[in-house]
Amino acid sequence: MSEILERLRPLFYPKGIILTGVSSHPGKFGAVTYHNLVRFGYEGALYPINRDGAEVLGRPTLRAVSEVPEGSADLAFLCTPASVNEEMLRECARAGVRVAFVASGGYGEAGEEGGELERRLVALAKELGIVIAGPNGQGIVSTSLSMCAQIAPPYPPPGPISMVSQSGNIGASFMNYGVLSNVGFSKGVSCGNSAQLELADYLEYFAADPETRVSLAYLEGVEDGRRFLEVARAHSAQKPLVILLGGVTERGRRAASSHTGALASNERIFAGVCRQAGIARAETVEEAYELAASFARQPLPHGPRTLVFTVAGGWGVLTADACVQAGLELISLPADLREQIDKMVPARWSRGNPIDLAGGETRDTIPEVLEQMAAHPDVDAIIYLGIGIQAAQGQAFKSGPFYPDHGLERMVEFHERQDRRYALAAAEASERHRKPILVASDLVHTDRAYGNAGPLGVKASGRVAYPSGHRAVRALGQMVRYSRYRQRLESAQEDTAIR
Amino acid sequence: MTQTLSEFESKQLLAEAGIAVPAQRLVFSAEDAVRAAEDLCYPVVLKLCGRGIAHKTERDLIRLELLEEDEVHIQAEELLARRGPDESDAGVLVTTMIQGRREVIAGLVRDPQFGPCVMLGLGGVFAEALEDVAYAVAPLGAFDADDLIDALEHARILGRFRGEPEVDRAQLDHILETLGRIGLEQPQVRSIDINPLILMGSRPVVADALVELEAGAS
Repeated sequence: MSEILERLRPLFYPKGIILTGVSSHPGKFGAVTYHNLVRFGYEGALYPINRDGAEVLGRPTLRAVSEVPEGSADLAFLCTPASVNEEMLRECARAGVRVAFVASGGYGEAGEEGGELERRLVALAKELGIVIAGPNGQGIVSTSLSMCAQIAPPYPPPGPISMVSQSGNIGASFMNYGVLSNVGFSKGVSCGNSAQLELADYLEYFAADPETRVSLAYLEGVEDGRRFLEVARAHSAQKPLVILLGGVTERGRRAASSHTGALASNERIFAGVCRQAGIARAETVEEAYELAASFARQPLPHGPRTLVFTVAGGWGVLTADACVQAGLELISLPADLREQIDKMVPARWSRGNPIDLAGGETRDTIPEVLEQMAAHPDVDAIIYLGIGIQAAQGQAFKSGPFYPDHGLERMVEFHERQDRRYALAAAEASERHRKPILVASDLVHTDRAYGNAGPLGVKASGRVAYPSGHRAVRALGQMVRYSRYRQRLESAQEDTAIR
Repeated sequence: MTQTLSEFESKQLLAEAGIAVPAQRLVFSAEDAVRAAEDLCYPVVLKLCGRGIAHKTERDLIRLELLEEDEVHIQAEELLARRGPDESDAGVLVTTMIQGRREVIAGLVRDPQFGPCVMLGLGGVFAEALEDVAYAVAPLGAFDADDLIDALEHARILGRFRGEPEVDRAQLDHILETLGRIGLEQPQVRSIDINPLILMGSRPVVADALVELEAGAS
């Protein structure tokens, strides 16, 4: 395993980057990448190459790769035209480069002639002992070096997710969700045409990478299915792998084959692959991200026994439906838990699962109920609905004509403090008892303009706030499935050990 | 190019790989058909059997539930008379009648990316409408066969259902695992289609099978 870490180390941990095609025109890929590297504070050495040696962003450039001090750069990022890249690659090899990310287009995606250029580039790279990522790729992100080597912007906060995508744009979408919800990324890479390194190579790297806790991949097709299966299996045996598959319908498949060039996978066979390799499969970009973020920040559930906790009825009803449809076990409320809650709120509460307090809660009720639910031995997971309602009323007070008089200022402070507190209480109870508590509220979206204290509190606790009960259930269902996969794997290994 | 084995040969290949198939006799005359039927015990089924003979139901080449000597004699002659111009080596396959209320389809396909994959689907009259099919990549590991069964949308039908017992998982697992092993060990086998695999109570029994080989491999 450490072999792959060593081979791809310069891609994600370069000590220096040679960047070719750094035009003085800020619309060109080379200039954009240079800007993004500087803008987000890449910590290594940068060697921008401009044919004329012109200043770019007010900084000096080098005229040729040959001017780069030998041994000072181990990664090349090529934005020069395909026609000159072979020459660039030779010079980069002389400078000590071991990996080249080729952002330039005009290769396999551009027809027969481009395909020939691509084959020649790979052959030359092999001869020079250089590994090729791309070509026609969007770039690389590695947050522990503040490295945003990309021809497009998203630079997510640092975090435990690593991402690989067969589409630069879907990769960007994943990272944009990271920017939005603050569960960040360790690494990100777009495959481009996968001339040499392919999706499975990056997954193999992430599986071995100690900074990656969960991997997220967008996939349209694989070249070598059996190797993919083997890599995915080895990955899932250690950490979760979330995959979004594109091209699951005939029309989508046709679009995919013109996009990636690879033969798209048969959807039903891929479903089998996911089952066999313990891959957590998502249906949409947002679900894929939320699932990765859930794995990254929530403890794994030990089983499917779920409690739904809500401060209002309808959400609980819909989420109960969603739990049942997702195969989660909506347990009957344990008698001792019912007795405990009976002592805390007026009798009109639901006295069942979903636990609906029907507005009967007082100042400390919600944190206390969260703690008791999480502590209960018959409970594996909790979905908590409706955070932020108090802060939303606070905002209505704040933005109205009576504020801050008539006691409204104090009331607003109380509401916001309470919602923040609920978010933290959920995270703390979850950590203390090592059980997932997923917090869901539409206010994540609807109250983004002013920043509702509830969802903001969830974000501050380092977790994702789900925009609906359904989205929380989708994530929890897959977490339960993965947990079962791991448990079975471990019990099978124990059996083998005993024999 | 591929070549389709006859039902008789297909079942032999399965049997050699370790999938139990019901006793069968391939005969070329009505008299031999009668002797075979007596050997196997009534009721019996007759089918015209030869390489490349598919769509037996559509071509009316199956005679089910024959109970006595005369019937077997008449129907065997009738079937032999239905041989097409290039089907002169075809014979009559005599088997015991397999009866059950539930049917599945099991098979082997080769995916261009994932290689040999085992297929399981619901069979019977609604099979095409329901399209309830799942796959697993060969070889099937410890839980893969069971998971493949559970991956069917209507897996419930294979459980205790309307007076029928639950399918014998060990036997069905064995069939699925063996199909996967054939896929890995016999590269000349392009595909296998066991259709139907009839559940006689809890026991899955191969009622018909077609194996496709790479041309020239036989």
